[in-house]
Amino acid sequence: MSEVQLELEILRYDPEKDQEPHFKTYQVACREEWMILDAVNHVKDEVDTTLSYRWSCHMAVCGSCGMMIDGQPKLACKAAVKDYADKKVRIEPLANFPIERDLVVVQDDFMEKLKRVKPYIIRKEEKPIEEGEYKQSPADLKRFKQFTLCINCLCCYAACPEYALTPEFVGPAALALAHRYNADSRDQGLAERHKEISKPEGVWDCSFTDTCSIACPKHVDPASALQQLKITTTVQWYKELIGMGDK
Amino acid sequence: MELIKTDIAIVGAGGAGLRTAIAVAESNPDLKVALISKVYPMRSHTCAAEGGAAGVIKPDDSLELHFNDTVGGGDWLTDQDVVEYFVNEAPKELLQLEHWGCPWSREPNGSVGVRPFGGMKIKRTWFAADKSGFHILHTLFQTSLKCPTIERFDEFFSIDLLMADGRCQGVVAMEMKSGRLFQFQAKAVVLCSGGAGRMFPFSTNGAIKTGDGTAMAYRAGVPTKDMEFVQYHPTGLLATGILLTEGCRGEGGVLRNKDGYRYLQDYGMGPETPLGEPVLKTMELGPRDRLSQAFWHEQQKGNTIPTPWGDSTHLDMTHLGEKHIDERLPLVRELSIIYAGVDPVKEPVPIRPVVHYMMGGIHTNIDAETPVSGLFAVGECACASLNGANRLGSNSLTELLVFGKRAAKNAVEFARKQNSEANESELKEQADKAQAKVRELVQKSGGTESIAGLRSEMAKSLEEGAGIYRTEETLQQTCNTIADLRKRYAGIELHDKSNVFNTDLFQALELGNMLELAQTVAEGALARKESRGSHQRLDYEARDDEQYLKHTLASYQGEEAPRIDYHDVVITKSQPGVRDYSGGAK
Repeated sequence: MSEVQLELEILRYDPEKDQEPHFKTYQVACREEWMILDAVNHVKDEVDTTLSYRWSCHMAVCGSCGMMIDGQPKLACKAAVKDYADKKVRIEPLANFPIERDLVVVQDDFMEKLKRVKPYIIRKEEKPIEEGEYKQSPADLKRFKQFTLCINCLCCYAACPEYALTPEFVGPAALALAHRYNADSRDQGLAERHKEISKPEGVWDCSFTDTCSIACPKHVDPASALQQLKITTTVQWYKELIGMGDK
Repeated sequence: MELIKTDIAIVGAGGAGLRTAIAVAESNPDLKVALISKVYPMRSHTCAAEGGAAGVIKPDDSLELHFNDTVGGGDWLTDQDVVEYFVNEAPKELLQLEHWGCPWSREPNGSVGVRPFGGMKIKRTWFAADKSGFHILHTLFQTSLKCPTIERFDEFFSIDLLMADGRCQGVVAMEMKSGRLFQFQAKAVVLCSGGAGRMFPFSTNGAIKTGDGTAMAYRAGVPTKDMEFVQYHPTGLLATGILLTEGCRGEGGVLRNKDGYRYLQDYGMGPETPLGEPVLKTMELGPRDRLSQAFWHEQQKGNTIPTPWGDSTHLDMTHLGEKHIDERLPLVRELSIIYAGVDPVKEPVPIRPVVHYMMGGIHTNIDAETPVSGLFAVGECACASLNGANRLGSNSLTELLVFGKRAAKNAVEFARKQNSEANESELKEQADKAQAKVRELVQKSGGTESIAGLRSEMAKSLEEGAGIYRTEETLQQTCNTIADLRKRYAGIELHDKSNVFNTDLFQALELGNMLELAQTVAEGALARKESRGSHQRLDYEARDDEQYLKHTLASYQGEEAPRIDYHDVVITKSQPGVRDYSGGAK
């Protein structure tokens, strides 16, 4: 097996002893099939056990290891070292979030925003379990399926120029999930979600640069969700204006 | 130390923890729930489950058939009262998830679709493409956001349980961002902390699967049960061990050796079925233990393909077609391309067996109760003996729903009966002890052992001694090695002294937990002189119902090896029989 030589410049910051974040350089001889996460794990296990970062599944589904790799927000477990062969690679915590320690960022803001958009089925009347499932055709499912695939890795927030400028912006992942429920044939919560989504810091802060969709490692295409959400939000606004607001 | 008083404390916020929390919150809005997890809920390993969740829903299926498949699949080491309750409740729980918005794959008429799975006589596995666990986890997590009484403590690392007056009264956990310890006092505690597959070197499990809750319970006096039963999933990607779901074979994928021969027919699972027409409960739809054992035999015969990442066979899905694969197995295709450089549409994928699931865990019963009052456990961390000696694929996702709900009910009942005040002085003393343990670990200097070093020695030893096939000699060696590693653990030194997100510390605690559990795996396997399900002894090849139709209980003995006892299996209507996965099986 051949090797890929990497020079990793990893951002280090321990608020207990560092005034400012700084970079530390590690030379890593990688196996060619490795991902950047494997290289970082190698540093942690064999070179410097004080390095802190989040990771778990190593299969791009738990969303833990989002970080800036060579300036781009990516899942470290999905970024192949081969793509950075013989280069100096900067590894930094996700942009647009406060740094907690090294590559670990504070995620409270997203958790609060996600809750605010009510990402769950809302019904006027619950159907009893004994009456079986809600029927949903494959076409119904297709209308929202793609937007269920968000793993909350926050790469889209790190990529979003609006979020960088306006931290109040609810942001791509949370809004895409709001749209996911609005578009689900089982849901009746559009009007309730509308209150949050139609606020100034809601969907209208999005300037459709598409950077979120480019960054998304799961091809959720939040930019498309947000544009669809702008349409439903406009329609809902007119409906409420003429007194027909309820879904 | 900060003190938090709650009614129900739940450790772990994956599928089991979330289901438990929602069940408490929905029917008991006056009770407080503290949901404590070392990761954010959506990072929990439930997200990695792919194939689906079993539950009887179609008219051609019956509860009795699901019961029989599960009991036989578990080689009769299942508790049949538990299985019966489980199959009854399974459809309701899966429907509940449907009502909460889980994007289950559908049939053209809009009803929920089901797919074939290994060891199941009828198609009964509900699926959301091949991301079923991911969707279940996110549906539960998002639904939990509407419950105001669930207070989450994300990124709190649990250290030890608090025991006083003969019952469990809480847990001590560290806030990871600050290093501050919190004493959670609770009227009942539910452990939902997942399995411990990271004890092994090659595993589908994420880094967080280190058995922390199981080890906490074990140290607090609850025996582990049946820990020697470790499931190898037959189809892991080389190099990484990433899971390729059993759904691949459910959809018609086949296993081939180096000559392209479908070798399962030589191991009691034939005759060969026509390509593209999978037959339930035979060949590729046999159970996981048998398929992984067949691989081992092929390896002995020289029929596997040597690779830099170990010997392999092939999972061939090329006959399924791009459209079908993209609709039913999109994640499998993506994972194979990214992590193995192979497109399953065009080429067979090299695979080998990989540690996937612990059938064993915290000793619990049909009520999700442990022998310690006030302490409950659900999901992979627990062993309610639903899965016996070999779990059938797609039963575990349903298990965490069914028993999450049941644990919630019983924990609430228990909590409501607790009138006595918490034993503050005793709890404080124990919490201080936990704090001292952590402090010593961080501050100790002069050690020469490394965490990564001990971890890899443990993993190597378990694989060598307690792998797919085991012998007295290899197991004894592993028992000795693990005992020695536990001694050497005292010699580790942490280089990270920070209070902020100190992963050096968390890894040290995780290693300590895994070493304790590794000992229960190896000692349990050494003592069980028979072959059953996933526990195969080359020196005792037959199942021995006379002596070993019993659960193994391992009890903590401090620095010594665990004490091994046995516990009766509950048999109600299915007497031990032959596990027949040949084409003639009824």
